[in-house]
Amino acid sequence: MRILISDDALALACGADAVAEAFAYAAPNAEIVRVSSWGMHWLEPLVEIDGIGYGPMTPTDVEAIIQCHSRESGNPDDAGARSDAQLDPRFHGDDIERLSIGRIADHPFITAQTRLTFARAGRTRPLDLADYEATGGWKGLRAAQAMTPVQIVEAVTASGLRGRGGAGFPAGIKWKTVLEAQGTRKYIVCNADEGDSGTFADRMLMEGDPYVLIEGMAIAGLATGARKGFIYIRSEYPHAITKIQAAIERSRAIVAPFDIEVRVGAGAYVCGEETSLLNSLEGKRGEVRAKPPLPAHKGLFGCPTVINNVLTLAAVPFVLAEGPEAYANYGMGRSRGTMPIQLAGNIKHGGLFETAFGVTLGELVDEIGGGTESGRPVRAVQVGGPLGAYFPRALFDTPFDYEAFAARDGLIGHGGVVVFDESVDMARQAKFAMEFCAIESCGKCTPCRLGSTRGAETIDRIIAGEHVAANIALVEDLCETMKSGSLCALGGFTPYPVLSALHHFPEDFR
Amino acid sequence: MNADELDRIIARHGKREGPLLPILHDVQDAFGCVDEDAIRAIAQALNLSRAEVYGVTSFYHDFRTVPEPRPVLKLCRAEACQARGSERLAKWAMDKARDRVVIEPVYCLGLCSVGPNAMIGTDLHARLDEQKLGALIEAL
Ligand SMILES: Cc1cc2nc3c(=O)[nH]c(=O)nc-3n(C[C@H](O)[C@H](O)[C@H](O)COP(=O)(O)O)c2cc1C
Ligand code: SF4
Ligand code: FES
Repeated sequence: MRILISDDALALACGADAVAEAFAYAAPNAEIVRVSSWGMHWLEPLVEIDGIGYGPMTPTDVEAIIQCHSRESGNPDDAGARSDAQLDPRFHGDDIERLSIGRIADHPFITAQTRLTFARAGRTRPLDLADYEATGGWKGLRAAQAMTPVQIVEAVTASGLRGRGGAGFPAGIKWKTVLEAQGTRKYIVCNADEGDSGTFADRMLMEGDPYVLIEGMAIAGLATGARKGFIYIRSEYPHAITKIQAAIERSRAIVAPFDIEVRVGAGAYVCGEETSLLNSLEGKRGEVRAKPPLPAHKGLFGCPTVINNVLTLAAVPFVLAEGPEAYANYGMGRSRGTMPIQLAGNIKHGGLFETAFGVTLGELVDEIGGGTESGRPVRAVQVGGPLGAYFPRALFDTPFDYEAFAARDGLIGHGGVVVFDESVDMARQAKFAMEFCAIESCGKCTPCRLGSTRGAETIDRIIAGEHVAANIALVEDLCETMKSGSLCALGGFTPYPVLSALHHFPEDFR
Repeated sequence: MNADELDRIIARHGKREGPLLPILHDVQDAFGCVDEDAIRAIAQALNLSRAEVYGVTSFYHDFRTVPEPRPVLKLCRAEACQARGSERLAKWAMDKARDRVVIEPVYCLGLCSVGPNAMIGTDLHARLDEQKLGALIEAL
């Protein structure tokens, strides 16, 4: 009997280790394998036994599953130490029915996806080099090694891949700028700061398939002439830090002479902004730098630097291995390829859903996500993290596409979708957006640093019913000032959640 | 603060590119804070002013200048956990913890589909309700 259990941080948080221990105790002959997560979070801890999934599991379910599974498989040996005993009649089909989801690979949540970046999710041991190689690992790097830097950059450009960190800037153009920049030292920096609430794809990728990120960075090195890479991971992700560090050690010889180092953030949301991140890497305060110069010209330690999100870099091995058309064939408009979308908040079927651009918000929330977990109607959905707009049901026909969301004063950002049910108070959410901006502001621009505090206070007055109309006008004014007077998107985009709450849910501001 | 240990930490990272953050992390891990003495020693070793090192230390939420003697539980207060009831739970937890345990806010642990979530040290806890969170607080 082969039992697969994820060791992803989310599975651990849901109790996967205790379940694994219970299996080791109840079925000592079984092979217990720790793999990456399939991304069906409502089922974690999810256990796969000979292809069949059971979840969410607790240690007390383990005995029943083993008994029933071995009865079904007709192999009493599966019950391990108890193989000589009769199967315990206390356990019966009910437990299987309650917990079994059938063959995981055939589950509708999985078959509905197009997994290019997350092709290995649930299927391989994250740090096992043989598993990686056997599933097409290093194929993209080998292809790149046979190409010139210009050819690699052209392939990435032709794939249409755009940055997955939020801004959606074409990766190929960024790489071309760094390739053409003069400099004896160049750097590849991976942005793994993933601070947006409602997002976890970077974390899952680093914990579940770290080599694909390393491969993507090594390809970026070949494409631009950089020999050194940094992965800047937020300190809130200790498991990802450990996994990536181990993966770097094990794959050092494969990617040499390219060399990668992990750096750990220190609890500042703004350090996800690329120039703030570079300052932080240099050991400075994480203040945002004015652009120009672009990081591609003068980035880390003043050298030409590619800075890309985890998912951007992790998409590259597929592009090189299968060709740019294979990637560009998916998607809509100028949004090519797939997006690992993260379904979060009050949602029944939360988790990672990678799909071609073009799926609508309504499909994601109602069909794939199954509506709210609380069972109450969906009222608002925040897309794109704390700087993203709140969408009402009326906008559920918006397709997941950079331009379509922008046209509705929203953004897809890093692909987080956070669902709220009808109990949400949108005035409080608007206030939180301002508060968060105040807490995380780097302090450089007055509208961001002070305007946000002022904004939170003003919304408080609206909530208290004081001069509501005048204070709403004040908040709108303040938002305009923040939009135009902020150096980066923290101050510049905080108005989006605030104004969308105000405009789409005016009844909460009376 | 143990001066030898401090010197070892500084020496371990001194030759790296951009050594300050790794040093501050290790100092905080070893001593529970980055205090005046540490700031002076780091500044001297890296050829920076004390004001510069202090400026960096104070910029980041992770670093403290005085140690926290009480146990700390970080409870996620970001939007996806709010949507799953974290705010009510936070209020309850602070009453429950009183002054014995520090309930610190954290803005997202990357577990946004299974909140409310908390982190103690590097241990993660998901799907929290009063019963589960109460047990965690009591065990601290
Ligand atoms: C306040 C703020 C926070 C950001 N946080 C992140 C982050 O956590 N991860 C990320 O990849 N990009 C983040 N970005 C976007 C980066 O500035 C930058 O666009 C990105 O790293 C570029 O990589 P990409 O082109 O691959 O997306 C943030 C931007 C802002 C303004
Ligand atoms: S908008 Fe805010 S976070 Fe961005 S640079 Fe200005 S002060 Fe810093
Ligand atoms: S919002 Fe709480 S874990 Fe992400």
